[in-house]
Formats: sequence, structure tokens, C-alpha cells
Amino acid sequence: MMAFQRMNTALMIDESRKIFKVSRQAFVDPDILEAERTQIFDKCWLYLGHSSELAKPGDFVTRQVGGRNILFARDGKGNLKAMLNTCPHRGAQVCREKHGSAKSFQCFYHGWVFGLDGTLRSQPGETSYAEDFKERSTSNMQQVPRFESYRDFNFICFDKDVESLSDYLGPVREYLDVICDQAEAGMTIVGGTQEYSMRANWKLLTENSIDGYHALTTHATYLDYLKSATGALAQVAFEGSARDLGKGHAVLEYKAPWGRPVAQWIPSWGEEGKRELSRLYDGLLKRFGKERADRIATFNRNLFIFPNLVINDIMAVTVRTYYPAAPDFMNISAWALAPKEETDWARKYRLFNFLEFLGPGGFATPDDVEALEQCQRGFRNSAEAQWNDISKGMGKENPSYDDELQMRAFWSNWNEHVFRVPA
Amino acid sequence: MQSIARTEVEDFLFAEAELLDEWRLPEWLELFTDDAIYYVPATDLAVDASPDNNLFYVADDRFRLSERVKRLMKRTAHAEFPHSRTRHLVSNVRIRKQIGNDLEISSAFITYRTKDGVTDTYFGSNRYRLVPGNGTFRIKEKRCLLDSEGLRAQGRVSIIL
Repeated sequence: MMAFQRMNTALMIDESRKIFKVSRQAFVDPDILEAERTQIFDKCWLYLGHSSELAKPGDFVTRQVGGRNILFARDGKGNLKAMLNTCPHRGAQVCREKHGSAKSFQCFYHGWVFGLDGTLRSQPGETSYAEDFKERSTSNMQQVPRFESYRDFNFICFDKDVESLSDYLGPVREYLDVICDQAEAGMTIVGGTQEYSMRANWKLLTENSIDGYHALTTHATYLDYLKSATGALAQVAFEGSARDLGKGHAVLEYKAPWGRPVAQWIPSWGEEGKRELSRLYDGLLKRFGKERADRIATFNRNLFIFPNLVINDIMAVTVRTYYPAAPDFMNISAWALAPKEETDWARKYRLFNFLEFLGPGGFATPDDVEALEQCQRGFRNSAEAQWNDISKGMGKENPSYDDELQMRAFWSNWNEHVFRVPA
Repeated sequence: MQSIARTEVEDFLFAEAELLDEWRLPEWLELFTDDAIYYVPATDLAVDASPDNNLFYVADDRFRLSERVKRLMKRTAHAEFPHSRTRHLVSNVRIRKQIGNDLEISSAFITYRTKDGVTDTYFGSNRYRLVPGNGTFRIKEKRCLLDSEGLRAQGRVSIIL
């Protein structure tokens, strides 16, 4: 392997010969991880959380985002705040709970008390401090450099000069609209977080989350299950396309035979389910007309937002983000997203569907974990067996959902960030 | 109904653990009633949360549990091929109360899983609802409450806890 400092690309591309290869060094080299930290996670918009997680003033969650500890809270006026969870005094983490509701935040070390927006309210021994101490902004908990939202998805960025979130997302916004428009009263995160990990490089999960090619082999037992669950399949074939959304973002949009709670009926959902789904579909028809209603109801979307956010609108909707702890280890957090106003029936079946496929106890995700960990093991041979092949579907006018265009979009942008050269 | 000794419950739970450790999953499945449920909730939920409106790791009804067993016995269940080795340790067994004919049981567990040179530890408590009959029991509900913060260390729960 060449030392990272002397490399100027991790890609080998020849469009005319339909060659697109990624150096396996990108998955194992600690220097590359360090470059990713400073050139990707310190520079790009990163997902923090969904507005619905903080329903009322005082609600908060603490979360690790881009290596920082963040306190995400709704202040007394109802505004969302994203703060660095560290005391301005001597640095201790101020909030030590994962989630809850508070009237103020107190650092237990010396007892400094902060308002819900991070403003210093009181500290023991105030008379020993400068008279204007509390008026100084440096006495407050620090806000993250940038904090912006789109349709209740809240993002932060540690680069204060970054472009607006709206510009960063670009055409991604339209796909978020399609996903969020299934709800009339907005979407909500359902209670319960799936927190897990893989002994694999984080970029393997990016690839896997937008990989339409592996379903039949990696998920053979899931498909067996659908077949044996009477009436679990609709008469719909896998069919669809992939799109490069720029800046490393990408999407797959396709039809699939599984049931969708908004709104593709399968026989096992019975008459009650049929009535419920026609009611939902009629609502979409009224609000958006046939074309968009069909797109919302019957198409699946695997949406990837660079560098590490996946929103999959499939047999349920999952929001998933992940961070490297080491070149060969990542931590993953996943949530279920659902329309706020959905009926008990729809919520129940949505979650039943979710667990069938998704998550570390599902019938599919554990096999993805296994596949990715086996890739990481395979990379121990990367000094000799040096390249991954990502060429499927190159040169096609309309790449299919099971081609690899979306991964090439990711890797090209990743390469540009890490080596600061246009790919 | 005659009173049931804790040791009888323990014997049953130890036998269940043995079936799991020996990968005799079809036999293990027979321990369950036709309306049985098997739950592993997310670890940031209340202990009695419902999977109808909360995200779990596992929420199987009897049909899906039988499919889980079928799946795990296939070579194409990649996460468990070749089968990992496990050891289910059961302790702190208490008979909590009797509801009609059923018993509510709690126990503590530590389960080790080893595969490919990596050993994972799962620990927490189990809550069972057992139906006594014919000198043994059947399981109507098994709820595994993990004590860990999520599955950060283990990554997955591809075995049965």
C-alpha cells in the first residue's frame, strides 16, 4: 500500500472501458479515517434529529454527532437548540441523560445552571466573578456553528462557512417531500431507538443501504419468509431506477412486492387493511392527483444523503445514521418514522413490517451485518487483493435500481473530499 | 390448582436454555403455545412497552417465531452460518405471581455467543408467562429485557436470547 500522504486518489476510473474501482485501502487505513474526520465530518451537514423527538418545551436528547457530544433541546419559547454538551466553565458534560424533559440544565461539577437555550442562569459564588460575567456570551453553553432544518429533519455543521442546508440538499429535497407528503399532519419518530454496531468500515454501510443488487442472495431467507407468509406478497415485480443527486447524494426508486403501509396492500392485511389503505390512497389522490399519489404510495425509495444519512421508505420508513469509531468499526442508530395521524392499525402493521426486515433482530439486517463484516475480513488481503469493483451498469442510459451508479456517485464525491481533487 | 415449586420452573428454564445452546430450535419452538409472543424491546423503552406503537429489536408472534426458527436452520441465514456457539445462563428465577392458571416468572440471563474469534455477551432479565399443564409448562410470552445500552457492543441479536 502507498502511504496516504502520497496518494492523490483512491479510485481507478476508465469510462470508455467501463472500469470503476475503489482501493480497499479506503476501508482500512487510519490516515484515511483521519482525513475523513477533518474533510468530511467537520465540513458536511450531519443529521442531528427529528423535530418530533422534542415534542414540547424542555424536551431534550443527547447524541454523538460527528465525534462531538450534542445537546439537542427545545427551549421555553419552543425553539430548537443544538448545543455542544460541555460546560463553558471547565468542560464537563452538562447533560448526562440520553433523553428527558427539563426546566434547566445543571453541570454537577461546580453547580452552574443553564437555561434550556444554554444561557448561564446562575453559578455558586457569583460575587467572586466579574460584574458583567453573565452578560458575556462566553459564559453560556456554546451553540453548534450551524444548525438548519428541512421538513423537521434537523442538521448541524461544524464549518460555519458551509453553504445553506437547502443548497446542500439540492434535489434531495424533492425526495424528502415525497416521503413526508404521505402524512398530512407531519411525520413523527416512533418511540424506541435501535442502537447497534458493525465491525466494518462505515462506508460499507453506505454502499449496502443503497445496494439493490444484493437482495436475492444476501436476503434469500427474507424472501423465503415473504413467500411462506400467506399473502405477504403483492403481484408486483422488482423494477426501478437509480439517480445521482449530486454532492454524493443518491436515490433508488423502485417497485417491490412487499406491503407498504402507505399504501400498497397485500392479502395478509385482510379487509380491514384494504379499507384503511384505500382511504389513505384516496386522501393522497385528493391532495396530489394520480401521478404523485401513485409515486408516494407504490414506489419505494432508498435515499442516501452524503455522508452518512439513509432514509429508506420501503416496507416501513427508517432513518439511519452511522459513524466510524475506527477504520473497522462503526456505530449505527436507527429510528422508525411514521405519519403522526396514522391509525393504530397502520402503526401496528408498519412496525410489524419494519421488524420483519430491518434492524439487528430482523430477518435481513443481521445478514447485512455479516456480509459487511466479511468484507472487512476480506480486506485483510488488501495489500495484494487491492481493488473493489463498482462498475455494474456503467455506460447505461437508464441505470437500474440494481446497478451501482448510486455508489459511484458516493465514491466520486468522497474522493473529492478526501483528496480535494475533482474525481 | 396445586402450588408449583420454583425448582420446577427452574428445571424447565434450564431445559429451554439447553435446547437453544444445542441449536435444537424446532424442539424449542414446541415449548411455545399457539398464541405465544417473543419480544426483545429497544433498551430506551419502558419495560412494559407495546410493539404496536414502539420500535423493538424483535416482536414475533407465533407465526413469525416459527419463521425465525426455520430461517436460523438454513445455510442462507448468513449471520448464523456456520452456527455460532452459545451458552445461555439462567439465574435469579422468581415466581412473581399467578394470573388465572398462568404463572408470571422473572429470571436473569447472561448469554455468550462466539463466532469467528469474537465473543459477545448479552445480559438482562427475562419475563415469562408460563402455562402449567401435564407436569410441565408451555411459554405464552417471553420478553427479553436487555440491560445493555442498545446493542452497541454486540451489533446484532441474530441468535435467540
